[in-house]
Amino acid sequence: MIAIFHNYGSLLLQGFGQTLLCSVIALVFSLIIGSMFAIFETTPIKALRVIARIYIEVFRNIPLLVITMFFFVVIPMFITKINGFTAGTIGLTIYTSAFIAETVRSGIQSVDPGQMEGARANGLSFWQAMRYIVLPQAFRYVIPPLGNQFINLVKNSSVLAFVAGFDLMYQGNVIASDSLNTMSTYICIGILYLIITLPLSYWMRYLEKKLA
Amino acid sequence: MKDFLDAYSWINIHYLLQGLWITVAVSVVSIIGSYILGSILGIIRYVNIKVVSPVIGLFIDIIRNLPLLLIIFFTYFGLPNLGFRPSSVWATIFAMTIFESTMIAEIVRSGIVAVDPGQMEGARANGLTYGQALYHIILPQAMKKMIPALVSQFISLIKDTSLATIIVLPDLMHNAQIVYGQNSTYILPMFLMIAIMYFIVCYALSVLSRSLERRMG
Repeated sequence: MIAIFHNYGSLLLQGFGQTLLCSVIALVFSLIIGSMFAIFETTPIKALRVIARIYIEVFRNIPLLVITMFFFVVIPMFITKINGFTAGTIGLTIYTSAFIAETVRSGIQSVDPGQMEGARANGLSFWQAMRYIVLPQAFRYVIPPLGNQFINLVKNSSVLAFVAGFDLMYQGNVIASDSLNTMSTYICIGILYLIITLPLSYWMRYLEKKLA
Repeated sequence: MKDFLDAYSWINIHYLLQGLWITVAVSVVSIIGSYILGSILGIIRYVNIKVVSPVIGLFIDIIRNLPLLLIIFFTYFGLPNLGFRPSSVWATIFAMTIFESTMIAEIVRSGIVAVDPGQMEGARANGLTYGQALYHIILPQAMKKMIPALVSQFISLIKDTSLATIIVLPDLMHNAQIVYGQNSTYILPMFLMIAIMYFIVCYALSVLSRSLERRMG
């Protein structure tokens, strides 16, 4: 195992960096898109609610691999060629945003409706009330579940291995077939994933206890 | 339009349905296995047996924080190093069961913790043993709280079987790749069709869970 770290250190580091990079990019965009659809679901406008519902139900019930492969295989046929890293990150963003939308929506709905009514009665528009009154309170509730979504995102980013995204899992397969020592290689890869996910998961459990 | 009609010929659809059957069969076996194993692990973690519970807790935390894909690779390519060579079907079932049971163990544990501690005290005060109280009083109440989380875990299990394509499990995703590998005009129709098939299976399960919740709640 030490030999693996020693001989393939740069490959492992590169994979680790790519995994982290694509997770962070996908997190930022899926937070934006997810929050947008969550707000859509709680607006009084019916058309927006229907659009949000369809988006969430469709992408929550289709495997991440199908979405990612769609961007890797189908989009280049009709629109433009995209590399594996981009296709994987887009797939991850779309898939995760549906889950984040659900999380944020339940956060918004757990805020006392009197808050919205009070804000509206004081002359704020719906969007102002959402932005300044409801969302700040909602985000407090949703921090632990959002953290868990980020952990899932890091784990799911291994799907990049399917589309040559040069992430940790992809480099793991390269190293495994080069060193012929599959056991130790996968253990090394596992340790590198745990370095990201394990502290996050303990931190979220601590926050859950503290906020409960 | 003609591409779609050609792509959805009976032979291709039949081949996809065979893949769907493998996906569903592997999922069902893994769901049953991980539900049983996960409940046992979750209860052991909750009841706090000396040495055993911390070790199991550590095992749960490690496995659930790894990508499923890594565990699939590990079972299929790593275990043969130890002289154990499972087929792709059994490797998938094994990897899924181990991974999902740690996820379910967490759901079970937090479901039990969410039951009012007064229930346990009341049951003990009425003369039930710890085991009896857990089995007759705590678990049925915890079960009710767990259903939504359990079902969404099962749905992600079904979706995640698609990852086993990489170890050549002949599932829906794999069979679709075979079909569109023959003719590139089939690519878009195939993607739409498997998306619809996965959607129907997963959505049906989530509708079922909602009606189950209503009936129990």
